[in-house]
Amino acid sequence: MTGRLEAELRRRRSEGAKLLVPYVTGGLSPEWTDVLQAVVAAGADAVEVGIPFSDPVMDGPTIQEASIRALARGTTPESILAELARIDVGVPLVAMTYYNLAFRMGDLRFARSLAAAGVAGAILPDLPLEESGPWEAEAAAAGVETVLLAAPVTPDERLAEIAARSRGFVYGVSRMGVTGERASVAASAGVMAKRLKAVTDKPVLIGFGVSTPQQAVEVSAEADGVVVASALLRVVLDGGGPEAVGDFVAGLREALDAG
Amino acid sequence: MTVDETIGGAGMGRPGDDGRFGDFGGRFMPEALVPACLELEEAFAQAWGDPGFRAELDDLLRDYAGRPSPLTEARNLSERLGVRVLLKRDELNHTGSHKINNVLGQALLTRRMGKRRLVAETGAGQHGVATATAAALFGFDCIVYMGEVDVERQALNVFRMNLLGAEVRPVASGSRTLKDAINEALRDWVSSVETTHYCLGSVMGPHPYPWMVRELQRVIGDEARAQTAELLDGGIPDVVVACVGGGSNAAGIFAGFVDTDARLVGVQPEGGAAIGRGLPGVVHGSKSLLLQDEHGQVNEAHSVSAGLDYPGVGPEHAHLAVAGRAEYPTVADGAVLEAFQLLSRTEGIIPALEPAHAVAWVMREAGRGIPSGSTVLVNLCGRGDKDAVEVMRLLKGDPGTGAGG
Repeated sequence: MTGRLEAELRRRRSEGAKLLVPYVTGGLSPEWTDVLQAVVAAGADAVEVGIPFSDPVMDGPTIQEASIRALARGTTPESILAELARIDVGVPLVAMTYYNLAFRMGDLRFARSLAAAGVAGAILPDLPLEESGPWEAEAAAAGVETVLLAAPVTPDERLAEIAARSRGFVYGVSRMGVTGERASVAASAGVMAKRLKAVTDKPVLIGFGVSTPQQAVEVSAEADGVVVASALLRVVLDGGGPEAVGDFVAGLREALDAG
Repeated sequence: MTVDETIGGAGMGRPGDDGRFGDFGGRFMPEALVPACLELEEAFAQAWGDPGFRAELDDLLRDYAGRPSPLTEARNLSERLGVRVLLKRDELNHTGSHKINNVLGQALLTRRMGKRRLVAETGAGQHGVATATAAALFGFDCIVYMGEVDVERQALNVFRMNLLGAEVRPVASGSRTLKDAINEALRDWVSSVETTHYCLGSVMGPHPYPWMVRELQRVIGDEARAQTAELLDGGIPDVVVACVGGGSNAAGIFAGFVDTDARLVGVQPEGGAAIGRGLPGVVHGSKSLLLQDEHGQVNEAHSVSAGLDYPGVGPEHAHLAVAGRAEYPTVADGAVLEAFQLLSRTEGIIPALEPAHAVAWVMREAGRGIPSGSTVLVNLCGRGDKDAVEVMRLLKGDPGTGAGG
C-alpha cells in the first residue's frame, strides 16, 4: 500500500518536478515552526523534521550544534510532536531521529505519536535491515512510512532489499561520511542514484553534503531529488529567521525547476 | 564454533547470528558501517578458528606483552580483611593494563583485512596507549579520540600516545568524556572505513565487537583459572571480582569462571551504574542497559576514574545481570581513593583507579557480603601510574587522609 509521503512524491515527480526535501531541526528556536512553514512556502515537496538526540553519530558539526541547541531549550520528542499537531503545513513531514528515542517510548507508541501529529514518515539511521523489521511493522501498523538509507558501500543484493523495503522514498547517502556541508558533490552521489534507480521506481532522493543550488541540480540529474539539511541549518544557526531560510530554499527550488 | 546453546543460561559462548546475548546486543549501526561489521565478523570468526592466527597472537602476548600475568597472593591485605585475596596481575602487562590483550588481537586482524589505519576511543587513555603501541609495532597510522575532560586529567597518557606516534584528537562535544570520544571515532570510521579499522576498546558496540573483545580478553580468565586451580589444589575461588565500565576486563576474567560455582561480581562506579540505575536502551551499536532520561537522551556518567566514566555497559554484562549469573554492585569515589591507598601501602602495588573499585568493594564486603575465610580473586587490570597526579590533586598532596571525591 502506498502511503501519503510516497504518493505525494510520486505525484510531484510525474508532474516533471525534481523533488526538494529540506531538513529542519525540531525545537531549534522558538520560531522553528515558522521556519518550517517558510520552507514549505518556498517550495519544499516534503520536510524532514529532526528530533534531536544526545548522541547523533551520523551527524557532522552543523546538525550536532543544532541538536545541542534544541535540547538545551528543553526540546523533547513530545514537545516537537505537540507543536506539529497544531499546524498543517500542507506537505508530508518525515521525522528523522535515532532509534533510542523510539525504543524508550515503545515502537508502537512512538509510531502512533508521529501519526497523531500528522507526520507521514520516519527515518532512523541507526536501524539497518537486520534491526529495523520490528520497527517497520509497528510503523506500518500506525500508518507511518519508514524510509531506509542505502550507502555507497552497500552491496547490490542489500541495495535491492533496502529499495524493496523502504517506504515513502529511498534515501541514498551521497558519500561515505557524516552529514555536513561540502564544497563539491562526490562522484559517488551519481553512482548511488543510478544504482537505486536501476532497482526501484520509488522516488530516489540523495542527501549528505548537498549544500548549494548548483549541487542540487547536479545530483538531481540522476536522482529524483535531494535532501538538504546542514546548509539550511547553517542559515538558522547563523541567526537567520524564517525569511532568510525561505530565501535559501527558494534558491534551491528555482535552480531545480530551471534544471 | 557453534552458537552458544546455553544463551539464557549465560554461558558466555558465541552469540547468535543477530549478535544477541539474550535480549541485548545486536548491530544498531548506520548502513554505511554494516558491511564493515560483517567483514569484521567473518574475519574474526575465521581467524579465531585458525591455529596460525592463534599461535601468532599467543607469541605476541608472551614475548611482547609479557603474558601470562602472575597471580599474587595478597597476604597483608588478606590478613587485614579476613578473606584470602588473590590478585590477577594484568597491570604488569606491557603498557600497564589488560587493554593490550584486545589490541594485539585486533591489530593482527587489521593486517589480515588489509587495512592500515586504526582509530580508537579512549577514556583513561589506557586503551589509547595500547592502540598507539600496537600501531607503532605494526606500522599503522593511528588516531585516538579522547574527551577534552579526559585529555586534561590523563595528560601523561596523552604524551605517551604522542611519543608512540599516534595523533590524539580532543573531543569537545557533549560531556567531553568517553561516550563522546566513541561518537567521534564512529564519525571518523564512517568516513574512512575502506582503509581503517575501528579498534574498539571494550565489550560494547555493534556485533561482533562485544563477542570479539571478550574472546580476546578471555586469556585473563583462562590463565587465572589454571593459576587458581594450582594454588587451590584444583579448587576455584569463591568470588571473582572486576571493575566494570564497558566491562572488558570483567568479561575476560568472568569467561574463565562462568562455568563454575564462583560468584561473579562486576563493580561499577556509583555515578555510572548502568546496571541497576539504567534502563534498556540503544546507543553506540548495541542494545544494553543505559543511563538515560525519560525521553531516551543519554545521561552523562560521573566517576573519579576516567576509564569507567561511561553511561552504558557491554550487552553481555546486561545479559549476565538479568540472567542472574553475575552481580553488579557500586562503590563511591571516596571508597575508591581509600582502596587505591590501602593496596599501595599493604601490598606495594599502586592500582589504577579502575580496579581500585574492585578492591574497594572487597574492603567493604569482607566479613559482610563476603564470608570471612572466603577466597576472592580480584582482577587488577591496570596500574596506577597514570592516576598518580590526579589522586595527588584529590588528596591535596596528603596521602593517608583518605579524603577525596
